[in-house]
Amino acid sequence: MDFFNVAINVLDSTIRLSIPLLLAALAGLYSERAGVFDIGLEGKMLAGAFAGASAAAVSGSAWVGLGAAVLVSVGFALVHGFASITHRGNQIVSGVAINFIAAGSTIILGQAWFQQGGRTPSLSADGRFSAIVLPGAEAVRDVPVLGLIYSELISGHSLLVYVAFLLVPFTWWVLFRTRFGLRLRAVGENPAAVDTAGISVAWLRYRAVICTGILTGLAGAYLAIAQNAGFVKDMTAGKGFIALAALIFAKWKPVPVMFACLLFGFLDALSIRLQGTPLPLIGRVPVQLMQALPYILTVVLLAGFIGKAIPPRAGGVPYVKER
Amino acid sequence: MSAPYTRLPAWADYGLIPVINLFVAFLFAGLVVLAVGENPLSAAVILVDGAFGSGQGVAYTLYYATNFIFTGLAVAVAFHCGLFNIGGEGQAYIAGLGVSVVCLAFDEILPWWLTFPIAILAAAAVGALWALIPAYLQAKRGSHIVITTIMFNFIAASAMVYLLVDVLKPAGSMAPQTRQFAEGAQLPKLTWLLEAMGFSLRSAPLNISFLLALVMAVLVWILIWRTKLGYEMRTMGFSPKAARYAGISETRMIIIAMMISGALAGMMALNPIMGDQHNVSLDFVGGAGFVGIAVALMGRSHPAGIVPAAILFGVLYQGGAELAFEMPAISRDMIVIIQGLVILFAGALEHMFRPTIQSLFVTLSPRSVGVVAARGEGA
Repeated sequence: MDFFNVAINVLDSTIRLSIPLLLAALAGLYSERAGVFDIGLEGKMLAGAFAGASAAAVSGSAWVGLGAAVLVSVGFALVHGFASITHRGNQIVSGVAINFIAAGSTIILGQAWFQQGGRTPSLSADGRFSAIVLPGAEAVRDVPVLGLIYSELISGHSLLVYVAFLLVPFTWWVLFRTRFGLRLRAVGENPAAVDTAGISVAWLRYRAVICTGILTGLAGAYLAIAQNAGFVKDMTAGKGFIALAALIFAKWKPVPVMFACLLFGFLDALSIRLQGTPLPLIGRVPVQLMQALPYILTVVLLAGFIGKAIPPRAGGVPYVKER
Repeated sequence: MSAPYTRLPAWADYGLIPVINLFVAFLFAGLVVLAVGENPLSAAVILVDGAFGSGQGVAYTLYYATNFIFTGLAVAVAFHCGLFNIGGEGQAYIAGLGVSVVCLAFDEILPWWLTFPIAILAAAAVGALWALIPAYLQAKRGSHIVITTIMFNFIAASAMVYLLVDVLKPAGSMAPQTRQFAEGAQLPKLTWLLEAMGFSLRSAPLNISFLLALVMAVLVWILIWRTKLGYEMRTMGFSPKAARYAGISETRMIIIAMMISGALAGMMALNPIMGDQHNVSLDFVGGAGFVGIAVALMGRSHPAGIVPAAILFGVLYQGGAELAFEMPAISRDMIVIIQGLVILFAGALEHMFRPTIQSLFVTLSPRSVGVVAARGEGA
């Protein structure tokens, strides 16, 4: 039974660790499917986390924090859109710029506003999204196997966790079952055709980057006001890039994105759990190897050794109307 | 819309527009300074004074600039071939491994002027090899070089943490770094150069890798504008299709350009390791690889632009340290914002002001942009 408890524990933290990845990867999905590459997920998430934690700290309400996170993150997304859609700038360069601006300004403003070395004040219970206990979770806890799975694994997460998982089928539905989704995918594959049909390429792409901003805002809010009780400098710590890796790993499809994020979250949870413990047969695995595994897996996938990841065809190319 | 095909005179294209972009970037940085309740103008005065006010300041400025010349050139070489090498940070970090192996092996046997060339080769080789894998994957398997080089940054960071903590750290030491190198792996300082310029200074990390960086800038200029290889690289960067028709091998170009880029980024490791710290420690690169992107964009990928751009960022680093001392609200992270703004305005939004300036030129002096001639032909 001990092994079972440990497994539940690891899976539980897998869920917690994969949520920011999942939200950020879904965010990237909208933008990249519309043909706008976005390596600024990291920066938008960080800016969202900072704005969320600051607003929640000042107002004492988690919902105000969430709103601020989404607002600021959408603002950054619009800067990316302005540079790469309106001015047809290099999308990679713009993403890099956003990452730096977010990394620097969150620290500078955090220090100027709260004087805690770049942290925001610790949030009270009201300022955070607390765990939701699903009905009957306590009652079934003693039921063998299933009881523990229900009460530990499925119940007891914050609202944003359930929202993130619901967003997976929602995103699938939006992309593959609505007119907006069809056009969004079309604009990422062949913008000229969309333009010929009399639909504005720029406006469609702007809507896609706004969706990205909303979702990275949620991801940042989850980090700062659900998983933790405040903002710590550089708290995204490369999660935006792992999310990008997951997005590619999942070949830009919503449901595989969820599994990729769960896999990367699981690796993270496992590396925390296994720190220093020797494994049978292999011996002690360096923590650093576990941490690097998502990146290595993505490179291997990109190299086409585990199936080929083909990006949207017009990705990264600014659309120029013929003169 | 007005006159989309007008050409600006060269001085406006290469001088005016970059200066305007830079000005706007600093304007926004000034707004951030205002937002934290300090005066941007006095901040700028402290910054410039900290960077140029003393011999010490100048030496530190040029020491930081050395790093950025290397990484800026690295990004620029790849740019010319149409590749975006975001992996400079990782290539420089992992090249520290090559430098450390050479230094640990020879520092007690050889004098510095023998260790240095070997270390240059080692740094360049390791950096180039680290860039070779993404290059090969791009050329042969079509995996996007931006994504793979980002991934390789993280892989390099993990690998270096592992090596420094578990392998290179001397027994009984707590700090995750190599042992201090003996004299044979310490580069001479350039104190004399500054003293010759009339500065007096105690000790500063500026060392002869600064000269190496300048030599590399000249070599990159020769490579890109004066050799067949450079011509082929530029052709591919300008139009991959034209390059293919001209019989230029895409695979060969990608691999060569990325290896040169990685080698240049790798050489950055020499400056802090052999010139200043005399050991290899965690995160010795400190973001210089990323600053290289801003430097290359600002210098328009030309060595003559990269060296001043690198010095400007050296000013920001050194002056920023002074600024953090005088105005505690503005820590060194201000540079990260400025870096981001420069990348945004000089890179992603580089064409934002072009239409306005073009129409200005058309109204003010039509002759300089060739509009009159075009109209004459049309009539």
